[in-house]
Amino acid sequence: MILNGAVAREEQLLSVDRVSVSLAGREVLREVSFVIGPGEFTGLIGANGAGKTTLFRVILGLQAPDHGRVLVAGQPRSRRNPQIGYVPQKFLLDPDTPLRTRDLVALGIDAHRFGVAMPSRARRARVEEMLDAVDARGFADQRVGNLSGGEQQRVLIAHALIARPRLLLLDEPLANLDLRSGHEVVTLLARIAAEQQVAILISAHDMNPLLAAMDHIVYLAAGRAASGTTDEVVRTPVLSALYGHHVDVLRVHGRVLVVAGAAGELAETSDPSHTQTQVEIIS
Amino acid sequence: MTGVLAALIAPGFFSSQPVQIAATVGAIVALVAGAVGVFTVLRGQSFAGEALGDIGTTGESGAFLIGVGALWGLAAISVAAAAVMELIGIQRPRGRDLATGIVLGASLGLAALFLYLYNVDQSASGATFTILFGSPFALASSTIPLVIAFAALALTLIAVLFRPLLLCSLSPELAAARGIPVRAIGAAYLLALAVTVALAASTIGTILSTALIVGPAATALRLTRSPGKAVIVAAAIGIGAMWLGILLAYDSYNWPPQQHGWPVSFFVVTLILAGYLLAGLAQFRGRRARARSAAGVASLEHRVG
Repeated sequence: MILNGAVAREEQLLSVDRVSVSLAGREVLREVSFVIGPGEFTGLIGANGAGKTTLFRVILGLQAPDHGRVLVAGQPRSRRNPQIGYVPQKFLLDPDTPLRTRDLVALGIDAHRFGVAMPSRARRARVEEMLDAVDARGFADQRVGNLSGGEQQRVLIAHALIARPRLLLLDEPLANLDLRSGHEVVTLLARIAAEQQVAILISAHDMNPLLAAMDHIVYLAAGRAASGTTDEVVRTPVLSALYGHHVDVLRVHGRVLVVAGAAGELAETSDPSHTQTQVEIIS
Repeated sequence: MTGVLAALIAPGFFSSQPVQIAATVGAIVALVAGAVGVFTVLRGQSFAGEALGDIGTTGESGAFLIGVGALWGLAAISVAAAAVMELIGIQRPRGRDLATGIVLGASLGLAALFLYLYNVDQSASGATFTILFGSPFALASSTIPLVIAFAALALTLIAVLFRPLLLCSLSPELAAARGIPVRAIGAAYLLALAVTVALAASTIGTILSTALIVGPAATALRLTRSPGKAVIVAAAIGIGAMWLGILLAYDSYNWPPQQHGWPVSFFVVTLILAGYLLAGLAQFRGRRARARSAAGVASLEHRVG
């Protein structure tokens, strides 16, 4: 059930093997292990501060782990790896910024190269193809700074995908979206994973919007991870072991609630209002 | 017809050698300032540019004092100051403001000393005005090769770094995730900015140099929708303001007080401000027209539906 580097799969696109990271004396990740196969849709679920962003930084090669290693397609991580695309959580542009949707998408092809990009038919065709893939043709010539949050997410996805990565990392893409835009983004990502055989690792503090799309879940709590299918991982004994105290997993109308019971110490919050009720809905 | 033209362009404008030198140097400087300035605005480094210009006062007054070329003095101090800012952490917004402020204060104190010593020594109070506000008509033709060399350096840096610099300016996080060395690119850009500030300061003065870098770029951002076009439009606006400013300053020899031309920098900076405000007006009208046509379509759809 809890997969680690020792579990053999036919082909592992991403292998995170017993990764531990301490930042400023605090252990953020402890022995985190999981694997992702090609074209899989994986949700990285955890409350704020559970270590999701740090794990992304390790996978991207921006943070060296204290222990453990990360392999991408069987190779050790290098700083620049075209096999990984990344969509950041924060992307704030002034509405005055002279950058159209198509400019940002085109920048995804070769932003790391020196010099000015020479326009070509092949280049334009590739940008158009990507705009179609994320349904962004309708606002292709608008400034990115003027787009809605959901539209910006789609443009950033196209920016990341145009370099043809095999793995796409998305940091809390649903955090600032309304339900409908969030649903559109998830549907789009599931389609991309299936059609283009791109593996997707998407971080979120709420697993519910992802339940239908996820092949696998990596659940982070207290710096440790459990991974597998949702049914394998999101169970009372597994998550209780992960949190180190008792939690209840409730399923209500197809939604999952993870609740810290009165018996346990509250794991994710010091908010006194929660302590009074003695129940904490964790995710 | 000739009368109107003579009123607009005072006789002797095109044949005057000081005008020719000022127009040549001014155009080169405005071209570089426009291209570099687009990134200054995108990166939110206008204050760093302003500080480099003010610090240039120290370099130019020091150069006057020891008798080397003004542009050398400007470039040397500007690049040195940029290096110090980079070392104390210009990448972080808070560190950036503190670092810039500290370097700036110390440097302007030194400028006061240099100007005092120079004026005591040479009894030439005109130097202060030239350093702070520029005297393009007093440029020697011998400075042109050096201006071209510095301009080529700054433009080459911008052209070579264009794509990674653009992504770093839009989102350092996205750039870092792609393996772009964000800090090194930022440092290289700061070098280009320092050289550009020196060029602008040598033409329209240390205090006004930022206006030539930031003003046309900010106007271009309002008028264009893609980064490449913004660079071209900013350069064009800068050159236009520079040439028109030189023409008006030349004409102003016939304005009161007679036989004392008004400063070129006054005209250039005022034209840049006017352009910025006009672009804002055009943008506002464009937005309103779009909103109105969108509302029209919506109400039509409403009626049809």
